[in-house]
Amino acid sequence: MLLVGRFLSAAEITVSAAASLQEAIAEVARKFERESGDRVTLNFAGSNVLARQIEAGAPVDVFVSADEETMDGLAAKGLLVAGSRRALVSNRLVIIIPADRKLNLLWPRDLAAGVIERIALADPRAVPAGRYAKEFLARAELWNAVQDKIIPLGNVRAALAAVGSGNADAGLVYRTDAALDRRVRVVCELPPPPAISYPVAIVAEAPSLDGARRFAAWLGSDAARQIFRKFGFVSVQP
Amino acid sequence: MTAESWQIVWFTAWISGLSTLAILPFGLPLAWLLARRDWRGKTLVETLVTLPLVLPPIATGLILLELLGRRGAVGGWAHRNFGWDFVFTWRAVLIALAVMAFPLFVRTARVAFEEIDPRLEQIARTLGATPAGVFLTITLPLAARGILAGMTLAFARALGEFGATIMVAGNIPGRTSTISLAIFQSVQMGEEDRAWPLLAASVVLAFAAVFTGETLLRRSRPRFRKAAR
Repeated sequence: MLLVGRFLSAAEITVSAAASLQEAIAEVARKFERESGDRVTLNFAGSNVLARQIEAGAPVDVFVSADEETMDGLAAKGLLVAGSRRALVSNRLVIIIPADRKLNLLWPRDLAAGVIERIALADPRAVPAGRYAKEFLARAELWNAVQDKIIPLGNVRAALAAVGSGNADAGLVYRTDAALDRRVRVVCELPPPPAISYPVAIVAEAPSLDGARRFAAWLGSDAARQIFRKFGFVSVQP
Repeated sequence: MTAESWQIVWFTAWISGLSTLAILPFGLPLAWLLARRDWRGKTLVETLVTLPLVLPPIATGLILLELLGRRGAVGGWAHRNFGWDFVFTWRAVLIALAVMAFPLFVRTARVAFEEIDPRLEQIARTLGATPAGVFLTITLPLAARGILAGMTLAFARALGEFGATIMVAGNIPGRTSTISLAIFQSVQMGEEDRAWPLLAASVVLAFAAVFTGETLLRRSRPRFRKAAR
């Protein structure tokens, strides 16, 4: 009887999550599916692209953005369930270089050196990872020196791939991205500011509102936190 | 239209034209060989040349990325020997556009060569013209209509290229951003306002290309009729 009840209430939940969360959220979702009996469909892209999809009426239940700003945009348009938004995890930026290149890079200011011709970033005009990177470089008074070297890419994983393939000399990505690719070497971790925050919220027009609530709640469980930590994310205490 | 948009339109027109010209030295001889000669491996070459037309552009872009990257066969060699980079530069845009437009040009030019009556060339030979002379004074002028049509098609294809370009050249403002890439980006960022002028510009460019092609064809037609007699 219990099983039948669970079966009847099983939901199809669509989750849009920032590209940098790909592996972690996928594992979280698999575990959630096993425990709840619900089905989770995952949709990954740069947070800006995901926000645009939601604005256009995409049937999304839960949205995890890589920044508060993108979430603010959706909230201002009344596209989120009021009170459902909260900070989920945090992350750090790192400077990476191709692992097989012998570059003597130690500090962020070395990015201004002549040997670094191209720096891959997520597009600072739109993608959170790129905005964080630009903010860091601007605060370090490096932005003007490196501006002409910037290769803006569609999302943070594209920036990771550009450095991994050797087509960019350096890149700024999340620590969690760098850990996934052996073709890149981390030069240094960049301290905040900017503080990086991944908020989660339920979409107002969620086709599966109950399922969305279950999944969003489960993201705060110990099991989910453990998975995020395993991939290098920093848990945010509620 | 902003200065940035003008730059994008100018770059797109310029690089599309350049890629069309870049096709000629390879495309013309190949089209002629395909039309007039039988050789081993002809079908294979024909199929290879047509591939960019039928493969997903992104797949063609991936092949180019593998070849032209700093660790790729071509890109690695060029980087070591000349310090050239392709990926994320205008060179990558040029190559992507040329590769994508190549089949359209070769197929059109080939038909143009095939439509020429071989007897005209034979007669010219009997009258003492060298093979090169025959090609330049008989074959090329007679095929000019088809070649122009092929160039127009190639230019139009280059104008609208997206998938292969974004794969191999990225979308770098002021350097590799073409009209299609810029429109995509502005929609992604929720700035459709920026996309409308670019959309208008691409309509104007495409219209100008096709119209010019048609006009050139019409003007040259009577002369060919005379020559064909």
